[in-house]
Amino acid sequence: MTLEAALLLSAAIFSVGLYGAISQQVVVMVMMGLELMINGVILAAAACWWFLAPDPTGQVLLMVVIAAMTLEMAMGFAVAVLLHRARQTDMTDMATDLSR
Amino acid sequence: MEVLTVLVDIAFVALGVVAVLSGGAVFVVDSMARATYALAVSFVAVGVQVLFLQQSYVGVVVILMMVMEMAVMAVYMVMFMGMNPALMPMSMVHSNRTAVATAVLTFLLLAAGILVVDWPARRGSPPRDVTEALGEALMGPQMLVMAVISPVMVATIVAGVVLAAPRTRYDRFGDDLRQRPPDDPQPGGVGR
Repeated sequence: MTLEAALLLSAAIFSVGLYGAISQQVVVMVMMGLELMINGVILAAAACWWFLAPDPTGQVLLMVVIAAMTLEMAMGFAVAVLLHRARQTDMTDMATDLSR
Repeated sequence: MEVLTVLVDIAFVALGVVAVLSGGAVFVVDSMARATYALAVSFVAVGVQVLFLQQSYVGVVVILMMVMEMAVMAVYMVMFMGMNPALMPMSMVHSNRTAVATAVLTFLLLAAGILVVDWPARRGSPPRDVTEALGEALMGPQMLVMAVISPVMVATIVAGVVLAAPRTRYDRFGDDLRQRPPDDPQPGGVGR
C-alpha cells in the first residue's frame, strides 16, 4: 500500500465520474457522475491523511467532503423533482431546449 | 507479518480496481437500477479501503450512508423515470467522444502529477484511537467546522423542500399572502 497507488486509484475513479458527469443526459446519472468524482476525492483525502499527516484535522476535512456529497444529493434530487414537475423531463438537453 | 502486509496490499489494490470497474459499470450497464447498485458497490469498496487506511469511523460512515443513499436513489429512479426506461436497456449520452477524451486527459494529468511529485515523508504518527481523536477534534478545536456545516445543512433542507414542494403558501394565499379563503384543490376545515 503506497500513497501513489491509492492516489492513482482515486484519480481513476475521479476520471470515470468526470466522464459520466459530462456525457450523461439524465439528471440523476449526472449526479451519479458527480458522486463518483467525490468518491475519488474521499479515497485521495483518506490516503493523504494516512500517508502524509495522520492527525485528526485531516479526518475533519473528510467529514466535510462527505457532508458536501450529502448536500449535493439532496439538492440534486430536489432540482430533479422540480424539473420533472415543471417540464415533464429528466434530461439535461430537453431542459435546456425548453428554456429557449 | 510480511505475508499479512502483502495480503493487505493486494486486497487494497483489488478493492480499488473493483471501485473503478463498478464506477465504470454505472455508465455502461443497461438499466438505471443496475447503475445505482454499481455505484453502491463502488462506494462500499472505497469505504473498505478507507477502513484499510485505519479510519474506522469515516469508512463506516461512507459505507452506511452510501448504501442508504443508493437505495433511495433506486426507488427515486423507479418513481420518476417513468418516461425513461428505468428498468430497461438505455443509452442516453451526449458528446461521448469529448467526454471520453476529457476523462482520459484528466486521468493522465493526475497520474503524471501523482508520479512526478516528490511526496513528503509522513509527519507525525496516527493517534492511538483514531475515532476518539476525531471526536475530540470535532468537539474541541474543530468545532467551528461542524458549526458552519450545520446551518448549511438546515438551508439545504429548507431549499430542498421549497424546490420539491408542489404547492407553497403563495399558491394558496396569493402573492401577497392575503387571499382568503385559500385556493386549495380540496377545501379543508370543518365548515365554520
